Amino acid sequence: MNNRIKLLRQATLDAQETISTERAQLMTQFYKSEEAFAVSLPVRRALSFDYLMTNKALCINANELIVGERGPKPKSTPTYPEVSLHTVKDLDILDEREKVFFKVSQHDKDIYQQEIIPYWKGKSNRDKIMAALPQQWKDAYDAGVFTEFQEQRAPGHTVAGKKIFDKGLKDLIAEVDQSLDKIDYINDTRAHDKSEMLKAMRIAATAIIKYAHRNADELMKMAALEDDDTRKEELVRMSEICRCVPENAPQSFHQALQHYWFFHLGVITELNPWDSFNPGRLDQNLYKYYRHDIDNNIITVDQAKELLMSFWVKFNNHPAPPKMGVTALESNTYTDFALINVGGVKPDGSDATNELTYLILDVIEEMRLLQPSSMVQISKKNPDRLVKRALKIVKTGFGQPSMFNTDALVQEMIRQGKDIVDARNGGCSGCVETGAFGTEAYWLTGYFNLTKILELTLNNGFDKRTKKHIGLKTGELSQLDTFEKLMLAYNNQINHFATIKLMGNNIIERVIAENITAPFLSLIVDDCISSGIDYNRGGARYNTSYIQGVGLGSVTDNLTALRYHVYENKTISLQELKQAIDNNFVNNYALRETLIFDTPKYGNDDDYADDQARAVFEMFFNAIDNKPSTRGGKYRINLLPTTCHVYFGSVIGAMPDGRLAGEPLSEGISPVQGADKCGPTAVLNSAAKLDHIRTGGTLLNQKFTPAFFNDESAYDKLTAVVRSYFRMDGHHIQFNVIDADTLRDAQKNPEKYKNLIVRVAGYSDYFNDLGTDLQNEIINRTEHENC
Amino acid sequence: MEALIFDVKRFAVHDGPGLRTTIFFKGCPLSCLWCHNPESQSFNIEVCKAERKVGDRTTFYDKEMGYFSSVESLMDIIRKDSLYFEESGGGVTFSGGEPMMQIDFLLAVLMKCKEADIHTAVDTSGFASWDSFQKIMPYTDLFLFDIKHIDSEKHRLLTGVDNSVILDNLSKITNFGKKVWIRIPAIPTCNTDDNSISNIIHFIAQLKSDAISQINILPFHKLANHKYSNLGLQNCLTGINEPTSDEIQAIKQKFEILRIPILTKG
Repeated sequence: MNNRIKLLRQATLDAQETISTERAQLMTQFYKSEEAFAVSLPVRRALSFDYLMTNKALCINANELIVGERGPKPKSTPTYPEVSLHTVKDLDILDEREKVFFKVSQHDKDIYQQEIIPYWKGKSNRDKIMAALPQQWKDAYDAGVFTEFQEQRAPGHTVAGKKIFDKGLKDLIAEVDQSLDKIDYINDTRAHDKSEMLKAMRIAATAIIKYAHRNADELMKMAALEDDDTRKEELVRMSEICRCVPENAPQSFHQALQHYWFFHLGVITELNPWDSFNPGRLDQNLYKYYRHDIDNNIITVDQAKELLMSFWVKFNNHPAPPKMGVTALESNTYTDFALINVGGVKPDGSDATNELTYLILDVIEEMRLLQPSSMVQISKKNPDRLVKRALKIVKTGFGQPSMFNTDALVQEMIRQGKDIVDARNGGCSGCVETGAFGTEAYWLTGYFNLTKILELTLNNGFDKRTKKHIGLKTGELSQLDTFEKLMLAYNNQINHFATIKLMGNNIIERVIAENITAPFLSLIVDDCISSGIDYNRGGARYNTSYIQGVGLGSVTDNLTALRYHVYENKTISLQELKQAIDNNFVNNYALRETLIFDTPKYGNDDDYADDQARAVFEMFFNAIDNKPSTRGGKYRINLLPTTCHVYFGSVIGAMPDGRLAGEPLSEGISPVQGADKCGPTAVLNSAAKLDHIRTGGTLLNQKFTPAFFNDESAYDKLTAVVRSYFRMDGHHIQFNVIDADTLRDAQKNPEKYKNLIVRVAGYSDYFNDLGTDLQNEIINRTEHENC
Repeated sequence: MEALIFDVKRFAVHDGPGLRTTIFFKGCPLSCLWCHNPESQSFNIEVCKAERKVGDRTTFYDKEMGYFSSVESLMDIIRKDSLYFEESGGGVTFSGGEPMMQIDFLLAVLMKCKEADIHTAVDTSGFASWDSFQKIMPYTDLFLFDIKHIDSEKHRLLTGVDNSVILDNLSKITNFGKKVWIRIPAIPTCNTDDNSISNIIHFIAQLKSDAISQINILPFHKLANHKYSNLGLQNCLTGINEPTSDEIQAIKQKFEILRIPILTKG
């Protein structure tokens, strides 16, 4: 790492997360203008984007090679009042909360109080969603049966394909014009909608070109004032680059990075889409430029690396927009889930790894930043070198890169009906979500609390915490006198809540379609331009809506405990067990011990327990999969939690697996913390009993102590573990390498561990930014000692 | 047919090549002073004191050490990890205790493994009849064979048995061309003096050289101390310290003269 990168890296680590009111003020000014309401919704959205890009302050940081910030300075984070309006109290909480805070000045709070809130109150997308949703949905949401992604953020969950790396906005504008020319105003009843949408895309494209030119002007001004000749030259070159891209297709490696960055900024300024935005298959998308520049002696490998590192810093400068309430609980982190993909296969299905793959892995290892997150795609066609290189980085203990099974991803996408080339061009984003890059809008819509629904089943649909009857009346305990009846009751409750969730989603999707058009994002994702339909209205080639199941390990162990003790061995009566859990096992240690130690558990490759995991998987799958969405796509399932297993655990009382009230649930498809006793191969075998191919992503964490890696042969052995799991169609595996003592020390002395990054669930985070519950849980996760 | 087993460990990474499942047979004719698996010595099911923790509460209970297992139920467990064996070049290791003390069962399960194309290793003290070795050799891909001491009197003091049959068996199986990893526990005050080490090296040097593909030096460790007290057994080596890594390195250097790969853990 050279001196420039050291300085840039330190600057991004030192930058403080703050709220900027700039965007909210500019949006308010625009929406108050007469122009705003003289035009159609898409054009209004495009003009507001143009207003932002024309008037937002420029920020060019010392030493940087890639320019452009969303806010007026690094980590200064805008708000999106048209999506979700913060109250002054919200701003106080953001300012004062201990973890994942955003500092807000009194001045900015006053601006909110005086300018922003009075205009937007009742007008935000969130307000409209909440007004449209039925009570039944709200009751289930309040009880913690599910969460809702689109409540505070716009849908995003999409990734750049190769197109934007190969084309300039000028080319895209030409495509927009072509599409406009083709509109059949006589026979197409949606002709007007399409032409307004396409006009909006044109305005949005022009807006970002203007913004790039503003940066070019500013860089020239800075160059004129610069005393240092080397930097002066750099500034001039950077100015030339901003003059060229993103208007024109990039001509060099440096241009390609800057080009993407303007697209990225456009997407995250236009709206606050989930998972920010993502350059996707970076080693594939950039390779052409890399090869060209290296072969023609335009840059050296070191310079390419420096540019990549400079690019990395840009991601880290952009924390996820501030989240509140349940949204903050389900995804409590600064990370905004841009997940760099390397490896995998080419469109023709062959091994895609190249020189740049390994250079990017070097960058990941050296930068050790929270953002961007990173992963390797591993196909059976990729060499072991790729797996081992990734494991060497994993060993350094910051939870990246995670490992994904390309061959499984491709199969998942084909099952969903995608073209094989689109599937091979895809990958994973966010935590573990599968998508076709550049062609798919795959929205995550909310977590689904599989364990809570069992608790409701045991209470005949009544929620003890909110004291409301929210579920079906599937029977009093005395009626659930066989395991089959219990499973049927549980299945009926799953279907009931899935229906409520799907109904809510279909309402929310319509509210979004009618309020928050995304003309800039629509330029990027095929086939929005050719169809003339907004990304948020189903314009993408593929439109998938995911619902993410949480607590599979927990609910499996609960059902298994019931099957084993109550229904088969009849050593405990259902009433007795119910009483014990209602009392949170107070004065009932012996029973709790039996439930914890003398019961088959998921994660031990024991079919007695794993059969329940399979059964729950089928119930959840059947309740969701293939249901139509309003965007012309289908619903699919995922099994991942982000941080939601902690929140979901907090709304559930004690349960039959011996878990106490409020404790976190298991995460992803990992076993309950501490329940796996037969080592990692048994965990993987249990996890592989689920049919990963019928999901759009599952998440499995495995923890190893650093001692495991002392022996060089450990890399071969873990490579074999990864390859075996992937042969069984496992979707994702992540190794976390850090010992429990280090974590305990970090908990006691956070100041000593400011930069300690650990794997949470599908992403990595600063250990200090995790809540105590989650910190404890990570410490407790099974450690696979040196055998 | 059943065997007395005391543990099955999956994801074993030091009991032979690749990822392995190790089956621990119960019962051993030796009683090495440093034994780190004292529960493996008796041929009977024993009761051991065990504890379990729920939150801040610890309870104690009697745990039975050892259980009888059929060939089929053992094969069911072994087969579960066959993908990992394939990917890593691993397999199954029969250890103990002394697996050769339950020779009929061992033979049966080894034959089943070969039928399933699973790599087999037998981890043995070598204290068994040549007849037994002859039975299992066709179905054993690798022997993990202990040398504890060359001096027969010392060997008797340290392990309770004479070593002549052990060393004899080792010579014979190497002559048969079986692949062997030699495992040497490094126990301070027992066998780490210059003379003991040098005798071991000389012994290995006269074996058929291409049969020995690895030497494992296994440093003495105290992790098993609690096992003795939980089983109500006396631990005879409480006064000894674990060898330092420098000491282990020094021993390793001496063995390097043999030009055989050396691993210092196992």
